[in-house]
Amino acid sequence: MNGSGSTDNGHATADDGRFTPRLARRRRIGQIFEAACLASIAFSLVMLVTLLADVAVDAAAWLSADFLTSFPSRIPGRAGIKPAILGTVWIMILVAALSFPLGVGAAIYLEEYAPRGRLTKLIQTNIANLAGVPSIVYGILGLAIFVRFFGLGRSLLAGAATLALLVLPVVIIAAQEAIRAVPSSLREAAYGVGATRWQVIRHHVLPVAMPGILTGMILSLSRAIGETAPVIMIGALAFVAFTPTSPMDLFTVLPIQIFNWTARPQAEFHGLAAAAIVVLLVLLLMMNATAILLRNRYQSKRGQ
Amino acid sequence: MSELTESSPELRWRAGRRVGERVIAGLLFLCGLVSVLTTVGIVVVLLTESAGFFREVPLVDFLTGTQWSPLYTDQQFGILPLLNGTLLIAVGAMLIALPVGLTSAIYLSEYASPRVRGVVKPLLEILAGIPTVVYGYFALLFITPLLRAVFPSAGVYNAASGAIVVGIMIIPMVASLSEDALSAVPRALREAAYGLGATKFEVSTRVAVPAALSGIVASFILAISRAVGETMAVTLAAGATPRMTLSFLESVQTMTAYIVQVSLGETPHGSLEYKTIFAVGLVLFLITLVMNVISNRITTRFREVYE
Repeated sequence: MNGSGSTDNGHATADDGRFTPRLARRRRIGQIFEAACLASIAFSLVMLVTLLADVAVDAAAWLSADFLTSFPSRIPGRAGIKPAILGTVWIMILVAALSFPLGVGAAIYLEEYAPRGRLTKLIQTNIANLAGVPSIVYGILGLAIFVRFFGLGRSLLAGAATLALLVLPVVIIAAQEAIRAVPSSLREAAYGVGATRWQVIRHHVLPVAMPGILTGMILSLSRAIGETAPVIMIGALAFVAFTPTSPMDLFTVLPIQIFNWTARPQAEFHGLAAAAIVVLLVLLLMMNATAILLRNRYQSKRGQ
Repeated sequence: MSELTESSPELRWRAGRRVGERVIAGLLFLCGLVSVLTTVGIVVVLLTESAGFFREVPLVDFLTGTQWSPLYTDQQFGILPLLNGTLLIAVGAMLIALPVGLTSAIYLSEYASPRVRGVVKPLLEILAGIPTVVYGYFALLFITPLLRAVFPSAGVYNAASGAIVVGIMIIPMVASLSEDALSAVPRALREAAYGLGATKFEVSTRVAVPAALSGIVASFILAISRAVGETMAVTLAAGATPRMTLSFLESVQTMTAYIVQVSLGETPHGSLEYKTIFAVGLVLFLITLVMNVISNRITTRFREVYE
């Protein structure tokens, strides 16, 4: 490495006098670069910690049991997020009920039934592109189709249907990956004893793919309950003084409540927003932890 | 299975099974079709609703006008100020997300030990999973006061604050997609360079990055598209002032923030002001669609090279 090139090659001889490896300098540049890369990673992590700490400090004075069980109020000291929590839970259940069958169905079709052809390719490309459509555009779609055309109004169902379409590409892609990971020997063995295509899928492919599908589903739901823009578009309210009891009821969700309180000038409402953020983040953390546990269990089982 | 002994129920059973299979296949196909219908729905809604708008406002005025004030008595429908705001935020966000995201990706793919990667990647996923409204809170109530302390001329609502949080928000996306691209570069390429006496820095920046360039570019384009479509953080932090400006310290309005402003207000359904959200939505949809298609194309080609 320290030599200035070999002499058994014409080119090297020509460069012989000019080539100086300057290894110390190059290594130093390398070290500086590595430090810069590490600083980039540190920047993201510092931002994450700062954000969480900022929210936690702002929220500390406002988090209480009353906050979780009260209705919103114009008086900050009495305000709570009961309707927002219930709305978020309703949305979660409805979105799951709508997007799970549609998403898994589409994934089964694409992986197990679809002929390799233009239509299949079109559907696949379409799903990839839908995943990149801004969430507010789904809001516009939901407003025009579910709220107005189907006449669902500003109901939980309209919101859930909009969010279900929003997360559908993610559900489909995750389910497809899980189904694709099922070894084909399993299918062939089932076909070999005379099972029909659906029997193979129902009894052999789906049970094996289910943990992967559920992981994707939970992650999609955590995205759905964090979305604000589409829910604003379809007209969720910020002040809901009742608890929703049916899918046709008006509603609010945590992100809307957070947005509304953040946009107000008074510092008290900012504290309430921070407290609601803590509740939302804890909910998301629990969902993600479930997804990770499922994934780990699935991986260790496959390893056996 | 006792029917198997008699021929006719056995046949009926088989026929039933076959019909059932067809019904199921049909239902599954319909599920697959929902995604296509969603796209059709988006395009039809945006086109039909904005058709009504363009009957009253000429397309040329819409695309070249430098004033946007549909909610005032002096109505002006030039989208350029909204595009200006959107691009200003997107450019600012990319100034943060591209260098930080790419160097993070290089660190994770080329330098980090598996243990460090195992810790850092989930943390980046958490950063990516934080709802955008939370970033809006952070921008308005943490970044903005900080900015105003440094630049006293900055407004309560300013483009810089929105751009910074959108940048932070898309770092994980750039980092993770670029890292995927870097990891897909065959080891043999790196080893050949090491064999020629290259240092780790040279291998990373002159072999791995150029070899993964298409994937990295695809991740950049996807990130820009995401920044253009980002809504809540910019609505909260950047304000609601459509303006032709290149200053990061002034309040601007993005296309997304305008759509939110209208839907929060009391604009009557069917009015011209109301129809503006579909026209603006159409422009937003087309911009992001074009970028996503380009990004997907690049990724597909890139895959073909190494598989």
